[in-house]
Amino acid sequence: MNAVPFWVEAIVAVLLVMSGILVLASSIGCVRLPTFIQLMHPSALAYTLGNWVTCLAAALYFSALARAPMLHPLLIPILLSVTVPVTTVLLARVSLHRARLAGVEGTPPALWTLRADAGEPATAADDGASDRAGGSG
Amino acid sequence: MSPLLSGAIAFALGCYAIASVLVLYRLLRGPRAQDRVLAIDLLYFHALLVMLVIGIDHGSDAYFEMALLIALFGFVSTAAMAKFILRGEVIE
Repeated sequence: MNAVPFWVEAIVAVLLVMSGILVLASSIGCVRLPTFIQLMHPSALAYTLGNWVTCLAAALYFSALARAPMLHPLLIPILLSVTVPVTTVLLARVSLHRARLAGVEGTPPALWTLRADAGEPATAADDGASDRAGGSG
Repeated sequence: MSPLLSGAIAFALGCYAIASVLVLYRLLRGPRAQDRVLAIDLLYFHALLVMLVIGIDHGSDAYFEMALLIALFGFVSTAAMAKFILRGEVIE
């Protein structure tokens, strides 16, 4: 194994300290914020910046260790940038659905109820919406 | 490895530990089911970061694959739990 130059170790150390502070800040926000929609914001901080900073540190350190570009740690942020929006949107829909079921004040209504109130003529899209309403209700 | 880098690794691991305890509080406290699912997802993510940082500490590449697997399992479990809460079934 080759020795890693000091300036690479310094950059990796700065990136790791940054990631620790970011993850800690996001989890403090996770404890302090009351509603679920507010809770989604600090976790996004950890998923984007904290993740990128740590994986850049790993890529830089292994590249310096092998004296060749080792970019495979960057696969993790690429994978998470595909999967995290899916889970976030699913959880946001869970939150909306449960707030509607519980009848919480100020919850935006579902789109198909708005279209039914406006009295639009029935189209194929409306039929699909009413099917969905029957299925979920 | 210089004391600067080993100190930074110790600092980052300590931060992840404190952050996991805070997220565990949110997991146990709730109060809603979606809060707990998000907390489990964050715990998976913290495990991923710990794996990456331990890999830097040991200078070994094997930890990277574990981190990738943890990312995949975290996505699958979170999507399944969210789908179950939303529809009452995982696969319809």
